[in-house]
Amino acid sequence: MRLPTWLAQHLAALRALLVFTVLLGLAYPLALVAMGQAPGLAGRTDGSLLAVDGRTVGSSLIGQSFTDGDGNPVPRYFQSRPSAAGDGYDPTATAASNLGPESVVDILAADPEDSTPSLLTQVCARSKAVGELDGVDGRRPYCTTDGVGAVLAVFRADGLTGAVTRVVSVNQVVPATPFLTSYEGVPVELARPGEDYVAAGGLVTPIRGDAPADPAVPADAVTASGSGLDPHISPAYAELQVNRVARERDADPMVVRRLVEEHTSGRSLGFIGAPGVNVLELNLALDREFPVG
Amino acid sequence: MTATTAGVLFILTLVVALAVVHRPFGDYLFRVVSGTRHSRVEQIVYRIVGVNPAAEQSWGVYARAVLAFSTISILFLYGFMRLQNHLWLSLGFDPVASHGAWNTAVSFVTNTNWQWYSGESTMGHLVQMSGLAVQNFVSAAVGIAVAVALVRGFARSRTGELGNFWVDLTRITLRVLLPISVLGAIMLMIGGAVQNLSGGTEVTTLTGGTQTITGGPVASQEVIKELGTNGGGFYNVNSAHPFENPTTWTNWLEIFLLLVIPFSLPRVFGRMVGQVRQGYAIVAAMAVLAVASIALTNVFELTGDGTVPQAVGAALEGKEVRFDVSNSATFAAATTLTSTGAVNSFHDSYTALGGMMPLVNMMLGEVAPGGVGAGLYGLLILAVITVFVAGLMVGRTPEYVGKKIGSREIKLASLYFLITPALVLIGSAAAFATGNNSTALNVGPHGLSEVLYAFTSASNNNGSAFAGITVSTPWWNTALGLCMLLGRFLPIIFVLALAGSLARQQPTPTSEGTLPTHRPLFVGMVVGVTVILVALTFLPALALGPLAEGL
Repeated sequence: MRLPTWLAQHLAALRALLVFTVLLGLAYPLALVAMGQAPGLAGRTDGSLLAVDGRTVGSSLIGQSFTDGDGNPVPRYFQSRPSAAGDGYDPTATAASNLGPESVVDILAADPEDSTPSLLTQVCARSKAVGELDGVDGRRPYCTTDGVGAVLAVFRADGLTGAVTRVVSVNQVVPATPFLTSYEGVPVELARPGEDYVAAGGLVTPIRGDAPADPAVPADAVTASGSGLDPHISPAYAELQVNRVARERDADPMVVRRLVEEHTSGRSLGFIGAPGVNVLELNLALDREFPVG
Repeated sequence: MTATTAGVLFILTLVVALAVVHRPFGDYLFRVVSGTRHSRVEQIVYRIVGVNPAAEQSWGVYARAVLAFSTISILFLYGFMRLQNHLWLSLGFDPVASHGAWNTAVSFVTNTNWQWYSGESTMGHLVQMSGLAVQNFVSAAVGIAVAVALVRGFARSRTGELGNFWVDLTRITLRVLLPISVLGAIMLMIGGAVQNLSGGTEVTTLTGGTQTITGGPVASQEVIKELGTNGGGFYNVNSAHPFENPTTWTNWLEIFLLLVIPFSLPRVFGRMVGQVRQGYAIVAAMAVLAVASIALTNVFELTGDGTVPQAVGAALEGKEVRFDVSNSATFAAATTLTSTGAVNSFHDSYTALGGMMPLVNMMLGEVAPGGVGAGLYGLLILAVITVFVAGLMVGRTPEYVGKKIGSREIKLASLYFLITPALVLIGSAAAFATGNNSTALNVGPHGLSEVLYAFTSASNNNGSAFAGITVSTPWWNTALGLCMLLGRFLPIIFVLALAGSLARQQPTPTSEGTLPTHRPLFVGMVVGVTVILVALTFLPALALGPLAEGL
């Protein structure tokens, strides 16, 4: 019996797929799993796990949160970058924030728990918090001193043009004080939760303010990484934290600084990538050299 | 060394490495697709599949073989995901929902690798390595096979025969993709990519929290994800994940892998048509567009315009410290210039203009250098359109590498070009008309960019995402699945039909009136035609999205 051509062709396709599934879907990956158990590779292919006294505490490639149960930073540890992975550094829920460069208007609800902060407000709040923790100026351009995005909704008489009729500081609610008292002669109001000033015709106007162009808190300290698992911080952010960590551990800042340098990877071959400080490895070294409690 | 100098050196070393490798590697590829000997393993494969490797196929038979193989692959993958809870290594995950399984099956078979799901919480290890990763190999091989068939159309005359799909598929997979993948996977494992079957290791962190360190056969899938310009990540965050792309130098390696085959295929074209300079012209057109795009993406990202980047002091949201801004921007450009779609940073948080560049790269039709195979056939179609435009200007019948471009050829080329813009624009309009744009995370122009990006990525079989949009709904999964399917196979049918019609012709001898197609003038014209066609098609949509936001 001869099969019709179309059926013969689909059967050939099915057999081809099965052959490739065995070769490429089983033999190839499993051979590599076996190869990965070779001495020298096994630690890496298993996830570069780090152990203290025989207890696994993490992976040298995966960042961790160094916070207490309430999410507050534990000051004796170097802090990682902000993370959008789950509740922070959750490898089962990796994610980036995916908020855009003009995400500047918060969605404010009556209950602050239900509010959704814009990316700008998140950046401003993190900068303020890091500044307070490490005793530096946390101000940034386009941020209010109370740590939200400095953004106005400006209403004009003819929509896009004309005299200013009303100005709202869209990210500030009672009991805050507006970051500007007036804009083009019109007093600035606070926002009321639940109102959408952009839909009502307000023109979104971020205000630069007089913060220094080169803020004391580095960029990586106020932004979430793409993976949410970034194991590194910049050398600048590590330097910012040296004094606090040294104080908490009664250590000499110069010695802590030396540990930071030991855990800093430079650019590969001098030009590939960027220098980074491995936070978990650094904190493990600190626990070894300057145990607390 | 400043960050900018380092970033420029990073790009230069990639260019040099590709320039050095594309000739010997292209020559190797040429021998693979034009040799007559079959290895022992290949003979066994042909016997199991039940095909005669010596039999040549007409364009129609070749096309039906491509479609049969792809149909079976989609059905197989769909069933695999629907039944994963009954199989080994499922990690306890539920079967994938029907609309999601449809979308993902189409996505991996069409070399798109668009992902609506998080790998680490949806797909078991067996589905990843024996389902999805197998398609990473064979969908790449299908793309290269179709490109080779088109080149045979140019190279042969007075014949209906375009080669044998099963032979092309098997040889490309076993002689090219598999050996390089083994080597590349070992490199990635040395860098720290995981390769195990672990369901995860629970650890107690220094401050007493818990963290699950995930496992999986990652290195073996990561390497073919780049080499085959696939792009589907093992984990949700793709090549930003430290287990997929652990070090600064694995980042360089991954970019190299995703560019190496597309940039070497023009050499195969040159060798097969017997004029290597024609191959150089094609690779030059690809390189001009690619270098310009990579440079612009870097400039926009390093400048860091926009309110949030200005407040931060750098466009660092969604980027890793180890890659920094420049190496992330280079990856973003490379992944969208090819049809890879892997990401090492999140395009949604790029500056408005920096985020527009990946979109523009995809809108170019993925020809600079494009996906494996798809890039070459895409650019050859544009070359055909270019000689036609040039022929109109001087009033002569256009020719390209000795073949006349008549009305049948130009109709097929035009149909090829019209498919993706139609899918992108109709799809985006449908999303807004039906209110499904409301799943976008951002509003205003950025929300439009998110919808436009999704349809552009799917229709061009790229698979990268402006990720701030929820696409796991039945509407989005179905619509994007259709775009991926039509955006892959309609062009393939037109390409093979064109190949069939070219192969039947007699060669036209070069005469006084023949436009030389290996000179810089022609390279410039191809680049110009490509850019103008894209600008005419997509400028209105871009003006409402990223341009409105960035200017």
